[in-house]
Amino acid sequence: MPSLTDVMTADADLTRAPGIRTIAALGAAPENAFAEWLCRMGDNCLILGHRISEWCGHAPVLEEDIALANTALDLIGQTRLWLDLAGEVEGKGRSADTLAYLRDAAQFRNVLLVERPNGDFGHTLMRQFLFDAWHIEMLRALQSSADPRVAGIAAKAAKEVAYHLERSADLVIRLGDGTEESRARMQTALDRLWPYTGELFMGDAVDQAMAEAGIAPDPASLRAAWDSTVAEVMATATLVRPGGTFQHRGGKQGRHTEALGYILADMQFLQRAYPGAVW
Amino acid sequence: MYAQMVKAEGAKAREEMSEQERAFQDRIDRGEKIEPKDWMPEGYRKTLIRQIGQHAHSEIVGQLPEGNWITRAPTLERKAILLAKVQDEAGHGLYLYSAAETLGVSRDELLAALHGGRMKYSSIFNYPTLTWADIGMVGWLVDGAAIMNQVQLQKTSYGPYSRAMIRICKEESFHQRQGYDILMKMCLQGTPEQKAMAQDAMNRFWYPALMMFGPPDRDSVHSAQSMQWKIKINTNDELRQKFVDQTVPQAEYLGLTIPDPKLKWNDAKGGYDFSEPDWTEFFEVIAGNGPCNTERMEARITAWEDGAWFRKGLMAHARKRDARRAAARLAAE
Repeated sequence: MPSLTDVMTADADLTRAPGIRTIAALGAAPENAFAEWLCRMGDNCLILGHRISEWCGHAPVLEEDIALANTALDLIGQTRLWLDLAGEVEGKGRSADTLAYLRDAAQFRNVLLVERPNGDFGHTLMRQFLFDAWHIEMLRALQSSADPRVAGIAAKAAKEVAYHLERSADLVIRLGDGTEESRARMQTALDRLWPYTGELFMGDAVDQAMAEAGIAPDPASLRAAWDSTVAEVMATATLVRPGGTFQHRGGKQGRHTEALGYILADMQFLQRAYPGAVW
Repeated sequence: MYAQMVKAEGAKAREEMSEQERAFQDRIDRGEKIEPKDWMPEGYRKTLIRQIGQHAHSEIVGQLPEGNWITRAPTLERKAILLAKVQDEAGHGLYLYSAAETLGVSRDELLAALHGGRMKYSSIFNYPTLTWADIGMVGWLVDGAAIMNQVQLQKTSYGPYSRAMIRICKEESFHQRQGYDILMKMCLQGTPEQKAMAQDAMNRFWYPALMMFGPPDRDSVHSAQSMQWKIKINTNDELRQKFVDQTVPQAEYLGLTIPDPKLKWNDAKGGYDFSEPDWTEFFEVIAGNGPCNTERMEARITAWEDGAWFRKGLMAHARKRDARRAAARLAAE
């Protein structure tokens, strides 16, 4: 048996170990940055759509059941557009369904924020708002993408996401500036989710390649607009922006939280249990 | 059928009616629609509240067995279609609660009655959805049975209910098609395992679907008054027969066997002869002893109770906003 690295081993040593990829190793540009980037867009929609569809039939009021199902439906629609294009660009004959149902967790490229468990309804809404506020800026920028297919999907999705943001921001404000309890719940949600927002703006080699090709913006460039939306909504909602600076990362590179495995176990069950069956 | 065994009140012969009641009955007999502000007998109002309320509850409880498979839908397209369908059901709940509100009962009151066990929802939603084929079966058989009932209710005498039904029927026929489409894929293009899955779902859902029309006419004590008021147009047995006649050829096309050895075409009546469901099971399910009664009610009550802070928060915000607006108006004056 070869000796195993101990916990004190530096990342640099791990990169040299055969077959072990670390965050440092992920700095290198993957062969197909465009397909990789498209999977990030699609996986964000897929995993968030999955999460909010878990609420179906369990929301606090009927109108919210309808609104959440509607949002999930939009996100699943967007997933199909992004992942179909990812498959096309990759050129290995994979469809949106193949990508959604037959990749394992480490091949998923969504940010960690969207896989966070639903928590209470306020937590779900806060996660939605923090994501929507980023999503809309991303889609706005993508409408001038050098790739017309990307610009086309972004134009369609932006109309839907503008509504998602309007709704999630409105509810965050109303619950923040509601009762003492609703405010406390929304503040807790914000505090818990805050360390998962930074990843939305952290670029890597894939993002750099996309920015250089004029396909997508540098993620950091979306930060100012997001900050301003968040600041405005939090102020109106009487919520306090958390002070901590630590931010989790890794989802975009395929290093996920424990939550994703359970999502995939649910989502992929039929495709895994009945390989090759058509539905 | 989403309303079963709705207790009707105040059945009266014409000679027992007051002048006002006779005039009301005449309007119904002429096919006029009754509108919320019109005079109506108390029994008519109460019966409608029970029926529309039960129907609305069925729509929202009905989200649960199907919602159960949204996260496990086998393709992105199926997931999107199922989401859209379950969202429609919630929308139907909304129209129906609104129709009930025109009779002077609030949605919160109706929900409190549901949660307190004083109001029912359709027995069918107390059966589990165990496989993906069940989602197809619910669309085809359950929505198919619901349509059979709702098509006639488009002609019901109460205007808001009738109009809600017209809208709901349009969406339900899409629901039934999506269910049948799931089964066509599984039965006509599927593997032997998928076909077996579909047959198993058929075996489990056939009799519960027949029960959706309610007890046989011979035992249906509330039908006469409801039919006199045109709250109900066809009898339970008439609808059940129509449903069977419509469904048998559809099952044959799928290659599925209806689990009834007595099922046989009867030339004389121009319809199928078929076995009655086990009515003991039906009454047990209605009484709370179906496979999923406890889970369904727990899910609804938990959703309501866990959401209390949310609803209170929104109400508190609305009051604050109104107070601020009033203050701003005062300051401006």
